Amino acid sequence: MLVDVHAHFLHARTPRADWRERNVSRLTAGAKIGISVHVASVLGSWGLTSPIYFPSPRDVTAGNDALLALQRQHPDLIRGYVCVNPNYAAQARAEIVRCLDAGMIGIKLAASRRADDPLLDPIAALALERRVPVLQHIWQHRRRDWPGQEASDATELCTLAGRHPEVAFILAHIGGGGDWLHSLHAVREVPNVYVDLSGSGVDGGMLEACLESVGVERLLWGTDLTMDTGWAKLRYLASLLSRDELALVSWKNAARIFPPGAFPAD
Amino acid sequence: MRIDCNAFLGAYPWRKVPGTSPDALLKALDRTKIDVAWITHLPSLFWRDPTEGNAWLYETARKEKRFKPVPTVHPGLSNWEEVLSGAANAGVPAVRCDPLYLGLDPAGGEMRVLAAACGAARLPLMLAVRLEDGRQRHPNDHVGELPAAAVRTLIRSDADLRLLVTHADRGFIEEVHFGSTPDEARRLWWDICWIWGPPEDHFETLLGTVGVERFVFGTGQPLRLPDNSIAKLDLLELAREQREAIESKSIQGLSS
Repeated sequence: MLVDVHAHFLHARTPRADWRERNVSRLTAGAKIGISVHVASVLGSWGLTSPIYFPSPRDVTAGNDALLALQRQHPDLIRGYVCVNPNYAAQARAEIVRCLDAGMIGIKLAASRRADDPLLDPIAALALERRVPVLQHIWQHRRRDWPGQEASDATELCTLAGRHPEVAFILAHIGGGGDWLHSLHAVREVPNVYVDLSGSGVDGGMLEACLESVGVERLLWGTDLTMDTGWAKLRYLASLLSRDELALVSWKNAARIFPPGAFPAD
Repeated sequence: MRIDCNAFLGAYPWRKVPGTSPDALLKALDRTKIDVAWITHLPSLFWRDPTEGNAWLYETARKEKRFKPVPTVHPGLSNWEEVLSGAANAGVPAVRCDPLYLGLDPAGGEMRVLAAACGAARLPLMLAVRLEDGRQRHPNDHVGELPAAAVRTLIRSDADLRLLVTHADRGFIEEVHFGSTPDEARRLWWDICWIWGPPEDHFETLLGTVGVERFVFGTGQPLRLPDNSIAKLDLLELAREQREAIESKSIQGLSS
């Protein structure tokens, strides 16, 4: 059993003419890697009619609808995070309820609003009520604002996690750019923050530092935009961990924080 | 046969990296079924005279037949021609010069003179676009990334020069390849460590557009996990001869 906790799919109303090929490529590569379930999100229109990290309410809904359609098309293989823009508080809450009712299993917060902002509190409260995790896009050690996103770093996510200690938060793509060591220091003592291993970074020493910081029980395997790097990290982990420990990272930790029955073997 | 043309030994100044000793690299080669590693002495890339690390590199490679030394040449230092001829006499597979790490203009006179000398000596010249992701570098690590324009300038500067460029992504490779004549492009080789696999499929696209024969197996280890370059190949549907070309045949052709 292998759960990818950080996947994305494209759809027809995005700037990518090759959206179908990319989706097929993800599923084909996933079959080779042995991925049992892709837990995915769609960030609105991926920039076509509103910015990727600041999706309009209409694009949020269209993106989530596209993901629900994929979930229906591949009921054994694809699960969804409902993506919302917290600046539209009422729509965000309504969209979360709608998509969780339709079978999604988590909430995706990209970079529309800083993670420690009070606007995220009602979303976290809803996550607690529905017992789903929140995947938060993170810039590892954000030293300044970056164009196109209101990115958060681990310190800001930990502030939110401290206000909602019963909610499981997933720190996105530790290998996705920025100073991962800063993040690992920040999350060490925050037990409800889990580290997702996805991202294009395959730095020597990063996985050892992850294990040292949060231990094997708070690591989640994922890929994001580069599945080859995800597979590389999985292979390297197999040389560091026992079979039982690897199973925690591969799927058992995910099964613990996602709703019961979210995965086939759960 | 699998040859890693892009491996390092020794400590990295900007962060803690495990597995930088010769013994640790050998264990990594065993684990990942890599037969041979072309090695560079990593610490001396940051020294004022990077060639002071070459003696240790030669000595280390002499003790271990799976290591092939890739010494550094600094064309801004007065002894660089001796360093280059020493490398040629030692039978190294390539020499390296990372101009921005040495404070040199990457397409300036010193680099062009080195390019001509490497061409005359029939020694491939290796350059890295970067060693680490620009988003995560140490606040004091301000070395720029190698510009694609510099690679185009160098490959045009000498008709006998052969370049091996490491840590390049799809955009960089396309810009240089399609900004070169077919003859120039035939004298360029690219290591695969920084190219994305699925679902974006940059590597598969490049194999179709640039050609399998232009790509060689490299990892950037121990700064990067060597497993990544292997995973990238395993995710492709390659004919046996294509995989052999990438893993060993093309690099053997380059260095012969």
